[in-house]
Amino acid sequence: MSQIVETKPAPVARTTNANFIVPAVNIHQNGDGYTLEVEMPGVPKGGVEVTFEDGKLTLVGRRTNAGDREGLVHRESPEADYRRVFDLDPSIDSSRIDATIEQGLLTVRLPKAESAKPRRITVG
Amino acid sequence: MRLISYQPQVSPWTSFDRLSSLRDLLDSAFQLASPGPQTGRGWAPALDIYEDADHVTVKLEAAGLKKEDFDISLHDDNLTVSGERKSETEEREGESFRSERFFGQFSRTVTLPAPVKADGVTATYADGVLTVTLPKAEEAKPRKIEVNVK
Repeated sequence: MSQIVETKPAPVARTTNANFIVPAVNIHQNGDGYTLEVEMPGVPKGGVEVTFEDGKLTLVGRRTNAGDREGLVHRESPEADYRRVFDLDPSIDSSRIDATIEQGLLTVRLPKAESAKPRRITVG
Repeated sequence: MRLISYQPQVSPWTSFDRLSSLRDLLDSAFQLASPGPQTGRGWAPALDIYEDADHVTVKLEAAGLKKEDFDISLHDDNLTVSGERKSETEEREGESFRSERFFGQFSRTVTLPAPVKADGVTATYADGVLTVTLPKAEEAKPRKIEVNVK
């Protein structure tokens, strides 16, 4: 049962290149929350934008070699940047979202709010 | 130039495009019908080749590996880059409900556009991109020829 639903991305203000590619993602869940692993090879630390607005988590990765054509013999890597949008479950504590990128692999941790964790209620 | 087949893992689309959930559905349907990048020889990372006056540069996009996971070899002017992306899923607790990433072994071989010197080859791995720099052999470098115009 998935609580993270992918949604149609909202239009973005970008005049030069409106194309994005959808990065591959793995999503894990445990009692504390969710972990997203997103593949963004070619994106340095400063090229990642993680935004959370209106319940939507937007992940953007900007590659450094996008316009690298000098001396190009053969190219398979896409020139477009990466973008993917997820609808987040309301139980996620958006103030504690944490993201790191290591060798082009973006890891986003989405912890559940304390109030959303299962609790035992005793009847008095 | 001979190149080993490349099967991209993702396809480009615009942000104004159709619903991505529908696309996911179609993608998954095609993956069932045709051999995907993960079958047989494993997955194939994207490979770029650049050439300037002194060097041939080969770049391979493979996120989330360690530099020890790569194996680079050169036979004449055929460069082979192979490696393995190890899955960490087994060690994980809890539920995994979306798995789009490819794990396991890969190997790419390319014929270089120019002869290179095997002893000067260097490689770096940064931001998920392996860059192999190969110095050109002397006979492959462009030579400047002075022409006296009379």
